[in-house]
Amino acid sequence: MTAAREGAAIRTTALSREFRSRRAPVVRALESVDLVVERGECFGLLGPNGAGKSTLIKILTTLLLPTSGRAEVAGFDVADDPLNVRHRINLVSGGDTSGYGILTVRETLHLFARFYGVPGPVARARAGELMEITGLVDKADTRLSSLSTGTKQKLNFARGFMSDPEIIFLDEPTLGLDVEASRQVRAFIARWVRERPYRTVLLTTHYMVEADELCGRVAIIDRGRILALDTPRALKRTVPEEPVFQLSIGAGATGLDGLATIRGVRSVSHHAQPGTGAIEVRVVVDEDQVIGEVLGRLKSSGHPVLYLTKMEPTLETVFIHRVGRGLDDDVSAASDGAAS
Amino acid sequence: MTSREAVLDTLRVNLAAVLARARVRVVASWRETSWVVGETVFPFLTMSAFVLVYRGLHAPRIYEAFVVLGGAMTAYWNNVLWSMASQFFWEKEQGQLQLYLITPVSRMSILLGMALGGMAMTTTRAVAILAGGTLLFHVPIPADRVLPALGLFALTLAAVYALGMILSSVFLLWGRSAWHTVTLFQEPVYLISGFYFPVRFLGAFAAGLAALLPITLGLDGIRQIFYGKAAHGFVPLPWIPPIEIALFALFLFLAHRALLLMETLGKREGRLTLRGG
Repeated sequence: MTAAREGAAIRTTALSREFRSRRAPVVRALESVDLVVERGECFGLLGPNGAGKSTLIKILTTLLLPTSGRAEVAGFDVADDPLNVRHRINLVSGGDTSGYGILTVRETLHLFARFYGVPGPVARARAGELMEITGLVDKADTRLSSLSTGTKQKLNFARGFMSDPEIIFLDEPTLGLDVEASRQVRAFIARWVRERPYRTVLLTTHYMVEADELCGRVAIIDRGRILALDTPRALKRTVPEEPVFQLSIGAGATGLDGLATIRGVRSVSHHAQPGTGAIEVRVVVDEDQVIGEVLGRLKSSGHPVLYLTKMEPTLETVFIHRVGRGLDDDVSAASDGAAS
Repeated sequence: MTSREAVLDTLRVNLAAVLARARVRVVASWRETSWVVGETVFPFLTMSAFVLVYRGLHAPRIYEAFVVLGGAMTAYWNNVLWSMASQFFWEKEQGQLQLYLITPVSRMSILLGMALGGMAMTTTRAVAILAGGTLLFHVPIPADRVLPALGLFALTLAAVYALGMILSSVFLLWGRSAWHTVTLFQEPVYLISGFYFPVRFLGAFAAGLAALLPITLGLDGIRQIFYGKAAHGFVPLPWIPPIEIALFALFLFLAHRALLLMETLGKREGRLTLRGG
């Protein structure tokens, strides 16, 4: 392993990645991405499915080569010097599990620590600490084959920290976790960053609250391009102070895009709530009074409004302002399928 | 860190990885013991069938010994195919190949760990066949020649596992039909390696090609060590150890290059972490 290098934790220059296949058109997953993440940062990458987040992470973790451009992690080129990058990183992909059903939680953590040359006693101590923090102590000697999916995901999360990496890539780390487990994971990340000021976290998420809570800086990425990059507070300040209303209407409502034709309505986005099927509509208007006309239009169309609330600027507002749609809204282009 | 320290550190990390990966298999062997029946009783039945056929045909007793030695070696070839060559493909299907690929250890260390761990199971199978053959069928194994036979066996295994590493690079990228691919490598090799008969009887051309497989050579040599001219050897015994060493070195080099090439190709095409790809 070559000695550590000074400089940024992550640096990409004009980084691009295309996916070609004989049966499908070329997918441009990343287009000329320039990014610098300094050491000690918890950096968030926000974007919907298909935005290019996972592709970027795969390139930075040496699992994928860029089509053009350059990427450096810990000062080492990911394409030319992957081994030195690998010594310094780890990766947690939310929704994934790791290990073998026959091994226990403790043995699994120990196994993956050994691949990084972590000495046995250190690995045992670290595994104990991580199991404590992630609430896995009771399951320490349980085989993976007997664990619930959520517990396996917590184990996968703990695994990523077993090598005490200089830079950790967290790709949707709370995906599929319940509310309490997600809270524990977020608390752990916050503590890890606080206690290790020279460690770096690159977090991709499409939970805006997660990025807002954890990240010092956030980049908004969509269709392979970085659209905005700043602190959450600064990003929120960039949103024009126009009133934003969120309302919910019954399942099956159609013709909602027509609301955008109302005078004074700037934009309308909507998506169906998983489970209930109720439709959540976000309406940006010139002034508060316009929402009355929106409600009137919905009522006359036979779409009763279940609730209505006025939104304060959030990262989601920033996202909608920059991208033109919400994170959960349908995306018709730039599928991430090739990179997932 | 000096270059010497860096080399030592690399060796230390890779050795730890070999042992860690081997341990998974050993632990699995201890915790799920049902494999013992499948790995001892059934192969023993297959071997017994061949022995009984030779007896029924009134073939010389030494043919029964060929079957027993071949049956024992079969176990190691199966271990190479199922526990090493195709393993990266199964890891990919489970979605955890990427966890191995981002580690700072050689892919060959991980494969070696898989193979060594699998040997606990494999050796049990081989020993069961040898023990059953000698105790039940009274197959003659000259005790004074066991040591040189074990020496050649070790050389053979080294070359066979290096060949397995080359095969694993193929599975790494093109493992979509891994099950069928394993069968493709398994059944024909049973024939051309002469597991149950001297390879010489395949004819000079076919036997010559088969001798490129280290397991064919090894089995040919081990039989010659035990039974001399009666073994119907194909390659002269003194040639076999140097050829095995040369094959080991060649396969190891090719495996290193092939794994690197396939990984680079996979990273370029984006297929390394795609399941079913």
